[in-house]
Amino acid sequence: MDLTATYGFDTLQVHAGAQPDPTTGARQTPVFQNTAYVFKDADHAAALFNLQEVGYIYSRLTNPTVAVLQERVSTLEAGIGGIACSSGHAAQIMALFPLMSPGDDIVVSTRLYGGTVTQFSNTIRRFGWRATFVDFEDLASVRNAVGDRTKAIFTESVCNPGGYVTDIPVISEIADSAGIPLIVDNTSATPYLCRPIEQGATLIVHSTTKYLSGNGTCMGGLIVDSGRFDWSASDKFPSLSQPEPAYHGLKFHETFGELAYVLHGHAVGLRDLGACQAPMNAFITLLGIETLSLRMQKHVANAVTIAEWLEKDPRIEAVTYAGLASSPYAERARRLYPKGAGALFTFAVKGGYDTCIRLVDSLRIFSHVANLGDTRSLVIHSASTTHRQLTPEQQEAAGAAPNVVRLSIGIEDADDLIADLDQALTRAVAKT
Amino acid sequence: MTQTPTDELLRKILGETRVIVCVGVSMNSVRPSYFVARYLHLRGYRIIPVNPAYAGDEFFGRPIYDSLDSVPGNVEVDMLDIFRRPEHIPEIAATAMNRFSSSLRTIWMQVGITHGEVAKTAESKGLQVIQNRCPKIEHQRLFGELRKMGFNTGIISSKL
Repeated sequence: MDLTATYGFDTLQVHAGAQPDPTTGARQTPVFQNTAYVFKDADHAAALFNLQEVGYIYSRLTNPTVAVLQERVSTLEAGIGGIACSSGHAAQIMALFPLMSPGDDIVVSTRLYGGTVTQFSNTIRRFGWRATFVDFEDLASVRNAVGDRTKAIFTESVCNPGGYVTDIPVISEIADSAGIPLIVDNTSATPYLCRPIEQGATLIVHSTTKYLSGNGTCMGGLIVDSGRFDWSASDKFPSLSQPEPAYHGLKFHETFGELAYVLHGHAVGLRDLGACQAPMNAFITLLGIETLSLRMQKHVANAVTIAEWLEKDPRIEAVTYAGLASSPYAERARRLYPKGAGALFTFAVKGGYDTCIRLVDSLRIFSHVANLGDTRSLVIHSASTTHRQLTPEQQEAAGAAPNVVRLSIGIEDADDLIADLDQALTRAVAKT
Repeated sequence: MTQTPTDELLRKILGETRVIVCVGVSMNSVRPSYFVARYLHLRGYRIIPVNPAYAGDEFFGRPIYDSLDSVPGNVEVDMLDIFRRPEHIPEIAATAMNRFSSSLRTIWMQVGITHGEVAKTAESKGLQVIQNRCPKIEHQRLFGELRKMGFNTGIISSKL
């Protein structure tokens, strides 16, 4: 559907999906802490279960508070609709579920968040799925990795943690010519900095735990569909193009057209995998999204200031941030991510593993946590934590070598953050 | 109407329409066209199905006709909803515009169906034409149902 509304991002982040509650007039979206919904009569119940009407049945499938979050994020992403999940990891499995059968594979970037690398290199094999890891700077390799059983290409927009930004338009052309969807994890960029659907992506996944909720309060994930992919153009996607036995042989794509993927995500995905988002988490995330653009502007401004300061410091070997003029991806970042290349980057310290450990332990404002996208500034030594399960080669490819520290820059005063890094670097280096 | 219809036009059509003749609608309960007719019936529209394969059967207690010519001439049809391939559109549209000339206000072609010439002719006669859309989906989107499943409805409102 071509939506005629032309509201700006700041208006949509406050209003999309929400309306005053029709019963009470409550202006803020209520928390519908509720599991089941009364049917008007037996026919109404039957119509809902047959998918002839859309409505609330049971909060595992959809819930009034969660529905607002789904519409809010899908509107900000310029998608057709969304499926909220219990976490970003759940969203990734849920995004692949309608596409994949045992024996199928996906082509994924080597520069992914470590948790995703582990999920794709180990856990999905238990479903009979397989991921081929490729350097997305080597376009020929990406093309060659796509085979007959490949059902999607997967990457991040702004990658965590490597200071890499994906050339989404170029990768989406490869996906288009192979007749498969491009899935983009847009967690680190947020729709404020990047809207992958406008650059050719079919599906977006989010960990809403990060910048969308923004305060480090609650877990959540979300899938957004562009509504543009023709699931019936080939026999690659039988879950969407062929009769669904659990719905009397209904074909999702034929029956629901551009709504098919999102309806399938609720009516089959959430129904049977059960990784739904809690209404309270959706509510808290909605509060966060109301200020997304304001926070992202400060996150990015601070990140640029701090990265530039670190780059000039003699104790630092290198800073990998696509928002720096020295980055090999600076031109791409300016072109595709004009409002900023995120607020997440790494730097390599002169010294090694032990120097990094001392640095992290000496920081007073930056918190040592396995998270990103909080209002608070965060630090992690990936090699000893989030990327610890990876091989040295995988760590290197992911930008998580032993002397590398990742920062998630918060919205505090940049001067205070610089002073904290300065004193911690002094302590870390003094002991070598 | 060759351009994207505005939400304003879609609301007007869905609001003023009472009687819809659905040409080519299936009575197979898992077919998309049946979903559409059933939904519109439950939303209060009077549906007049036309499909020779089901002629003589009933749809919610009302007869199904084998052709537009069999529909009684005194029925005030507001909207023609077409579920047939584009090559059949000119004949169906011409018959409907002739037979229901005093009441017909809208010609609606379902998702995947367009016909520029028919649209031009109908519009020149003062009719509203919607192409490549589904009245069920637009009704669900504009009046709140799709919102329940997290779809982007494009609706921003501070009103109850």
